[in-house]
Amino acid sequence: MTGTSQAGDRPDGTAVYLYGVTRGLDPAALRDAHGVAGAPVRGVVADGLTALVSTVRLADYGEAALRANLEDLAWLEATARAHHDVVDRAARAAPTAPVRIATIYRDDTRVVEVLTAQGARFGEVLDRVEGRAEWGVKAYTVPGSPRAAATPDRPAEPATVSAAGPVSTSGPGSGGGEPGAGAAYLRRRQRERRRREDAGREAAARARDLHAELADHAVAYRHHPPQDPRLSGRPGVQILNAAYLLDEEQAEGFLAVARAAGERLPGIEVEVTGPWPPYSFIDTDDATPAREPGDR
Amino acid sequence: MTSVWHDDGPGSPMERIALVDLLDRLLAGGVVIAGDLVISIAGVDLVQVSLRALITTVRDELLPELEGQEERP
Repeated sequence: MTGTSQAGDRPDGTAVYLYGVTRGLDPAALRDAHGVAGAPVRGVVADGLTALVSTVRLADYGEAALRANLEDLAWLEATARAHHDVVDRAARAAPTAPVRIATIYRDDTRVVEVLTAQGARFGEVLDRVEGRAEWGVKAYTVPGSPRAAATPDRPAEPATVSAAGPVSTSGPGSGGGEPGAGAAYLRRRQRERRRREDAGREAAARARDLHAELADHAVAYRHHPPQDPRLSGRPGVQILNAAYLLDEEQAEGFLAVARAAGERLPGIEVEVTGPWPPYSFIDTDDATPAREPGDR
Repeated sequence: MTSVWHDDGPGSPMERIALVDLLDRLLAGGVVIAGDLVISIAGVDLVQVSLRALITTVRDELLPELEGQEERP
């Protein structure tokens, strides 16, 4: 930044970051809202739609800069949180269609063109999400729980192992060794493996049941890929990572189901997040209707 | 066991949202429209770039702390 007059006065060196598109948003909802890089958020209005935008510097958000910056976790996190903050604020006040992170336009005029050209598409999305919110549900097996799928880094049944004293079977005194010792070890390994497989299958079945129950209380759902434990920081195996689109009045029942399932299922931990703006329910192709669309 | 957080409005602390949950949504959700400047990294490409960044960074940052744990080859 070489001068403070640069951003507002001249388009040179700046571009427009688009967060999402809303309908019927009270402009007051954006008061004091700040977007990526701390810039104030404003609404660009056309065809009855409001685009949520802020000005960014091409030095940070131009194509080459963006490529480099997306590789920087701290930068990505700051941008993601700022993007979410703006979308979330709007979604609480009016139906909002978030757009994919890092969608950049030359100037406000281009944003108006996009609103006009894509108005019908945004209208459809907004119709679908109006009065609804997204909720996330993740389920994990609890490591160490006797009925959870055992994790490979945790030896099962340590008590049995020490009681049997397997270390002594390699001792020199047995003269050729008990013929059963190695076989017993293998059998034990096999039993452990089978037990793990059974537990894994059982956990997967529980996740399916839980999902079915939750989907009954939702308008639509979408599965996200299981999260990398290095990113989630969670021990245990993630057996469900799904998003559900709920009508406002469904939320209470849905949360009750999730809570009850978490208490009922041994060895399974259930985590609910939300309400989210309807990020996961923008493309109809990706989301599965939980049941026939009825009253809408 | 169930834990539920319910974000109570714009004033509530954003730190409560796990980055990994946010990225599930921001990298794979939202309306995909062609921007003026970043067409070539919209959509799938963007996801790949970002996730690679994440995995690499997290691995570098976390693995030293994980050294004590047994890891399968």
